[in-house]
Formats: sequence, C-alpha cells, structure tokens
Amino acid sequence: MSVDQFLQYLISGITQGSIYALVALGFTIIYAVTRVINFAQGEFVMLGGMLSFLLISSFGIPLIPSLILAVLFTAIIGAIIYLLAIRTAKKASVVSLIIITIGVSIFIRGFTREFLGVDSVRPPFFTGDESLTIFGALIRPQALWIIGTTIVVTIILHLFLSRTMMGNALKASAISTRAAAMVGIDSRVMALTAFVIAAVIGSIGGAVMAPLVLTSYNVGVMLGLKGFVSASIGGFKSPIISVIGGITIGVIESLAVGINWGPFTSSYKDAIAIVALLIILLIRSGRLALEERAD
Amino acid sequence: MRKWVSLLVVLIMLSTTVSLAACSNTSETEESTYKVGAILSVTGAYSNLGVPEKQTLEMLTEEINAEGGINGRQLEMIIYDNESNAEKAATLATRLIERDEVLAILGPTTTGDSMAIIDTVTSGEIPLISMAAGISIITPIEERYWVFKTPQTEKEAVSEIYLYMQENGIKDIAIITDTSGFGAGGRAYLLSEKDSYGINILDDQTFSSGDTSMQSQLTHIKGTDAEAVIVWATDKESSIVASDMKALEMTIPLFASHGIANMAFINNAGEAANGVIFPAGKLLIADQVPATDQQQKILVDYKNDFESKYGTGTISTFGGHAYDALGMLTIALEKMDGDMTLVDARAKLRDEIEKINNFVGTGGVFTMSPQDHLGMLPGSLAMFEIVDGEWTLAP
Repeated sequence: MSVDQFLQYLISGITQGSIYALVALGFTIIYAVTRVINFAQGEFVMLGGMLSFLLISSFGIPLIPSLILAVLFTAIIGAIIYLLAIRTAKKASVVSLIIITIGVSIFIRGFTREFLGVDSVRPPFFTGDESLTIFGALIRPQALWIIGTTIVVTIILHLFLSRTMMGNALKASAISTRAAAMVGIDSRVMALTAFVIAAVIGSIGGAVMAPLVLTSYNVGVMLGLKGFVSASIGGFKSPIISVIGGITIGVIESLAVGINWGPFTSSYKDAIAIVALLIILLIRSGRLALEERAD
Repeated sequence: MRKWVSLLVVLIMLSTTVSLAACSNTSETEESTYKVGAILSVTGAYSNLGVPEKQTLEMLTEEINAEGGINGRQLEMIIYDNESNAEKAATLATRLIERDEVLAILGPTTTGDSMAIIDTVTSGEIPLISMAAGISIITPIEERYWVFKTPQTEKEAVSEIYLYMQENGIKDIAIITDTSGFGAGGRAYLLSEKDSYGINILDDQTFSSGDTSMQSQLTHIKGTDAEAVIVWATDKESSIVASDMKALEMTIPLFASHGIANMAFINNAGEAANGVIFPAGKLLIADQVPATDQQQKILVDYKNDFESKYGTGTISTFGGHAYDALGMLTIALEKMDGDMTLVDARAKLRDEIEKINNFVGTGGVFTMSPQDHLGMLPGSLAMFEIVDGEWTLAP
C-alpha cells in the first residue's frame, strides 16, 4: 500500500465514518435522556435525503430553502413520534418502547415507499462534482460537506449541552430523571426535545449525504445499523465518543479493504464492524452492570 | 310469525337459485376460455419490474381476445400481486392451481419468488414460465421438469461481455460484485468462464447491498494493472461504482451487468454513466436494430404498442420478459385440442412448451429442449454503450 493509496483509504473511511457519526449522534441523544434506543433514527436520515430530493427535483425549490424545509418537516415527525408513540405508552417498559420505535420505523419506511416510490434517487451536488486533490488523494466536494457538517454539528451540540440552560437541563435529566424533576425539570419536555434534536441531526445528515451516496426509502436500515454500532462504542452516553466511534468504524472498514489479506478483505468489511461491536460490548458489559446497580 | 318464516324460506330458496345460476354461468365460461394465472411483484420492492410485466400481460390478453382468442377460445388472465414477497407467492401459486384451476402460471418477477414456488408447481404438476433472471430457476434440469423461464441468465451475459473483451483485446481485468444473490451469481460465472476467454482477473472485490461507497475497493483496483473493471450489481450500487470511479479519476472502461438496463442508472450516475458498457436484450434500442435482424419487427411492434398505450419512454426489458413468456405459452396453447381433463391439459401444455422451436421474442430467439428450459440462442444479447446519457449499440 503506497502513501497515496493509504491517504485515499483514510479519506474514504473518514467520509463514510462521518456519515455513521451523524446517525450515531441521534441514537446517543435520545438514549441519554429517555433510555430508549430509537430504531427509527435511520428513518430520520432517510427522510432528510428523500424530502430534500423531493423539494429540489420535483418542486424546483432552491437548495437552501429545500434543506431547511426537509429538516423542519423531519423535526415535526420526530416530535409526533414522541407524542403519539412514546409518550402515550408512558407506563410501558423500556424494552416495549424500543419495540415501538421498530414499529414506527417500519411504518415510516412503508409510508415513504407508497408515496415516493422504490427507486434510488440522487439530489444535485451542493457545489459541483470535480474531485479535489489533497496530498495526492482525491476527495469529492460533497465528501468535504459531509465531514464539515459532522464537525459543525458536533461542536454546536457540545456547546448547546454545556453552555445553555436547556442543554444543562437535558444533561440533568439524562443523569437522573427523578433528581431533575425535583428541581423542576419536566422529563417529558426533555424527552420531546431529545427526539426533535435527534430528528434534526439525522435529517441534516441525510440531506448532506444523499448527493454522494444516493438515497431511497430503505437506506435507513443499513445506516441505522452502522450508526447503532458507532453509538454503542460510546455506550450511547457521550456524543463525542459516538462521533469518534463512527469515524473509527468507517476508517477500519476502508483500511480492511486496502489490506486485502486474510480476513481483511472487502467481503468481510461488515463483519469487521460487527466483531468490533461484540468486543466492545464484552468489555463494557461488566461496567454496564455496575452502572445499572448504581442507578 | 309464520308469515316471516315462509318469507325467510322463499328468500333462502331465491338466493340458492341465484347462486346456482351464478355457478353455472362461471362453469360455462370456464369451458370456453383458456385460464392462465400470473404472479407478479406489482407492489413492493420490485414493483418497477412487476408493473410493466402486468401491463404487458394485460395488453397482450386484450389483443389476443380482440382477434378472436386462441383456437376460438378467449384467454382469461388471472393476475395476482405477491407484493414482492416470496411467502405470498407460494400461497398464490396454490390458489391458482387448486381454486382457479389455471392451465399454466406465468412469473413470478424475481428469482427469490420463483424459487419459492418451484416445489408447489412441481407437486401440482403445472407448467411455470418464470420472468426472473437466476439460472437456478431452471437448473438442475432433472428437478425442473415443470419450470421454464424467459430472461437471459448470468451465463449469457458474462459470455457476451468476455466475448466483447476478447474482440477488443482486453485481457487483465478487475471485478467488483455485490454479495447478494444477483452479484454472487454473476461473480461465480465471471470466475468460472474467464479461462475459456483468456481473461485474467487481477482483483476480486465485493461489497454489500446497501453500501454507500465503493471508493476503498476501487482504490485497491486502481493500484493494479487492470485494463477494465466489471461491476455486477443492480442499478443503484452500479451507479455508485461508476461515480466513485469518476471521483478517483480512473480512466479504464467500466463494464456492467444487464442489471443496469434502466433509466435509473443513467439518472443516478449522471455524467459517470457515459462510457459504461453492458450486455442487454435489444429491446432498449429497438429503433437501432438493423432490419436484417430477425427480432427487429417484433421489437419495434412491441415497443410501439406498449408506448402508445402506456406513454413514451415506459418500455423496459422486464415487460419484454412477460411478452416472451405469454408469446411462448400462446404457441403452446394453439397446439391444444379437444376436451381434456385439467391434469392432462397441463401435462400436454408442458410438453408443447418444451417443443418450442425458434421462437422470436423480445429478449432473444428461443429453442427449448428437455435439457434447456431457457433455450436462448447465441446472439440474442447485444453490447450497449451509454453515450451522452443514451443507450447505443457498442462499437
């Protein structure tokens, strides 16, 4: 593997990883506040891409208003999911709530398929498609948009959680719902906020990645899986570690193809990510049990 | 009270007579029609294949019946939608065999759905003409006595590509395939046929369906001395491969499977689609087929009929597979004579399908035999090149 090639694998991996990271952030926010793993997270990503395509290509709305509308609409869906599906089942156990989110994701997927069709679509590139050369490796402008979006979203989320009242309230609710309630933080409002933030991040990711990787009604399944693996590296608790987890998985997958030896070939690319997850879960399971007891 | 009871009795008697009348009506039409069933993915993941198939069957049935039917009998086409679901296909096959008592079944649309009903049609002893690509539908032939199909298989497509490479002096290549059924089937033939055409495969990369980037695999291929790349996948993943190759500024030609023979590939790959070479039935370029080709007339006629009914640009090879299936069945039905029991009629129909000789269809020219239940003759496929977003015959 030459240096140029190594850089190319690295750049491809970071681009892929940034996509996983954006999905992982959504999982993390909702889990931290509600202890629910939202399996409809991939559908937020799908909606962001499909809606931006619909608005740009079918309605002829310019790029930026289309993106804003797509994100806004997905945020409303996120709120509706919480209000109709999660909140109404308030007495249900966490496992039941997770199963509800699986049902919701199947519903959204079927609904999109009925109305927007089964074909894969590609919205226009934000800023053209002539590859740029960085240290001998080629990168597409849209890949830079994806990586940039991931960085900006992560920073904004970090500032929001650490510097604002709302963010601190969210964190408090994540640490202990009961204690937060004692100081007047309504856990239901916090859960609603978490769903909206997750929908916003997911749909931004979906809209930015769609020109590069295409989108279709079922794209959320695979992305949801990879995002889930990435988020579990951070134990669904730390947004920053989820992002690092996502990028790590992207880079490992890409380099595995480059090594092209033994189990490190493209055929085992996905298996490598799953094995990584298993190892992490094994290491973490002991610690998780301790934390559960502490709760 | 007694008044009510007698009224009730009268009502019951009336309804029995009506339903009896209805029964005798249907049995009368049954005698004078040929009943044929079809199982298609009209909705669900493969509806873009199933819909033109359904439209074609409906159009042809109308045409046949308007011209007086087959042997003076009307053709009754019962089309069921299995919603791209294999389990549903099996249920519907049983319903067609036992309740609707059809003579033969056309479809299903996909390889998976076809495989799911092979046992049902075999034990039901009814001929099936599948519209799906997989070669496993008709092999091993000993276990596929009742099963035929019309679309080309991976084998025909791979041979056509290798032949083209041989003619153009391409020897060293790289392949990148989907790990799903379609891609894996293509990969198997790419590997097994390469030696007979003197092709060397320098790099053998794979990806999973749903993958969003093939840049890493292509970077690896770029590091080899391959003179061309072959991608074996459906249109979505193939279009990602094409645009990733452009992004990596790879200039070697890209060959693709017949799975990209639809407009979605050109729309999604954009500029990167230009220069991609692939084998497919001649239907897509019906207007460019020379008049000396024996398929020319049928291709132009079908395309014009279909597009004047369903709109310009709606033609697809999938509808063509349905055209070929019903075309062959019609020829077999014409050989039927007199009154036979359903079991004998089905068996006779199967024998007649197997005897089909030199049938000129949209997908190729077919000669069935007890050893080959596809019977597609060489030269049925053409090599295409995409130029300026349009299909053209490859030079």
